[in-house]
Amino acid sequence: MIFGHAITAQQLFGQLLIGLINGSFYALLSLGLAVIFGMLNIVNFAHGALYMMGAFVAYFLLHELGLNYWWALIGSPLIVGAFGALIERTLLVRLRGLDPLYSLLLTFGVALMIQGLFQNEFGASGLPYAIPPQLSGAHNLGFMFLPNYRAWVIGFSAFVCFATWFLIEKTRVGAYLRAATENPTMTRAFGLNVPRMITLTYGFGVGLAALAGVLAAPINQVRPGMGVDIIAVVFAVVVIGGMGSILGSIVTGFTLGVVEGLTKVFYPEASNTVVFVIMAVVLLIKPAGLFGKVA
Amino acid sequence: MAMAEAAAPTLAVSGLQAWYGESHVLHGVDFEVRPGEVVTLLGRNGAGKTTTLKAIMGIVGKRAGSVVFAGRETIGLSSDRVARLGMAICPEERAIFASLSVRENLMLPPRVAPGGLTLERIFALFPNLAERLASGGGKLSGGEQQMLAIARILRTGARFLMLDEPTEGLAPVIIRQIGRTIAELKHEGFTILLVEQNFRFAATVSDRYYVMEHGRIGIGFGNSDLDANNMEKLHVRLGV
Repeated sequence: MIFGHAITAQQLFGQLLIGLINGSFYALLSLGLAVIFGMLNIVNFAHGALYMMGAFVAYFLLHELGLNYWWALIGSPLIVGAFGALIERTLLVRLRGLDPLYSLLLTFGVALMIQGLFQNEFGASGLPYAIPPQLSGAHNLGFMFLPNYRAWVIGFSAFVCFATWFLIEKTRVGAYLRAATENPTMTRAFGLNVPRMITLTYGFGVGLAALAGVLAAPINQVRPGMGVDIIAVVFAVVVIGGMGSILGSIVTGFTLGVVEGLTKVFYPEASNTVVFVIMAVVLLIKPAGLFGKVA
Repeated sequence: MAMAEAAAPTLAVSGLQAWYGESHVLHGVDFEVRPGEVVTLLGRNGAGKTTTLKAIMGIVGKRAGSVVFAGRETIGLSSDRVARLGMAICPEERAIFASLSVRENLMLPPRVAPGGLTLERIFALFPNLAERLASGGGKLSGGEQQMLAIARILRTGARFLMLDEPTEGLAPVIIRQIGRTIAELKHEGFTILLVEQNFRFAATVSDRYYVMEHGRIGIGFGNSDLDANNMEKLHVRLGV
């Protein structure tokens, strides 16, 4: 008996699962934001809209070209990532060296335009996207039913997060990225094409958002508003984890998803605000975020 | 010297101007470095020595004039393309990447040509580095940072090196180690442009000198010109 009402194991594990699912999306999206912020020093306000585009591209691939979920998992991040690279090459590149506020405003404008276009075309209601047959069904774990697709989303997100962390922290390509983040001028003077690295990094971060969109499509339906709904929480996650911190965004993403889920069990009234309360507390105690380096 | 005079210069700088934002720092720098030479830029603080190296590399805000490297005009090229022609810089601030390990720092600059030093050679020159490979780049002492900053441009195959005050703030034993390294590189045919405040050190490794004043080259002279008369003039110009 907590807070005056009984909590069943079913309820607890059910919300824990939803928390982990949401946490997977928070982690993938804030990871993309962290990668982009680290390298380009911009806060990508278009991230939610690009996540939504990822889901829509999956939908188009299926219904226009007959390419199933597994193709979408590869194709959508590539297509939307390429679109992101185009935004960087044509628009963001012009704002380099200016106050980050300009690129923030630009990406915000891009987000509004993308959302507006999709809303005009498809309305506000959602389009269904079926769970791939290989992942339908559920397993009875004894204490709860675990839908296969949800288990897949959690496992695959964790894998992608780990792979991204490994790529950036442990490989030669990652060393190039870290060097270009720390000192772009000298990195370039060693013969590395830093502007191209910046474009590819933005495309990669956007691709992660699109991947999250594909994963979300069978769970949440494909809606023009799906990005707006999630992005406010994701920005809070980024602030709590520490701007630009790779590990911070992953750990904070999953953790806050779970915290949100548990709040729904123990004090449902606070479940929509708990993340922002945590953000406020973290900002008061550690302004650079839990994993952020002191600026 | 006669042979070297005849060869086309590795680097020919003429009318080089450079700006940092609004301030005009270089006002037409002219000099050249011939293959296999060690040439030192001398001059007081603020004379434009560091800016000259950065302008040659293409990492100043804005530059104009002519920089011909290996027979090719590079004034319009970005720094990554200049680097790939076989030029490398070891900047005054050393620019060791704190977010990279020592090994990652060492392996960062891509190969631009065959014939770079092997890791074995590099560790023979700088034994300390071999022991610190797993350390973070930010954890090194000043001397180790300087060794790493020089070491990492030796394995790229670049045959023209620009070293900006490699002895600044270092202990005499490390200065001697760096002096030996420069002598060895020269012996192997590397061409080196050095910036030094420490004329005593520069005199142990250099073939020729240029003295910079107010963003221009004042005088140039070779080792053979270092008689009492010239030393007097040099002392006046450098204020030492």
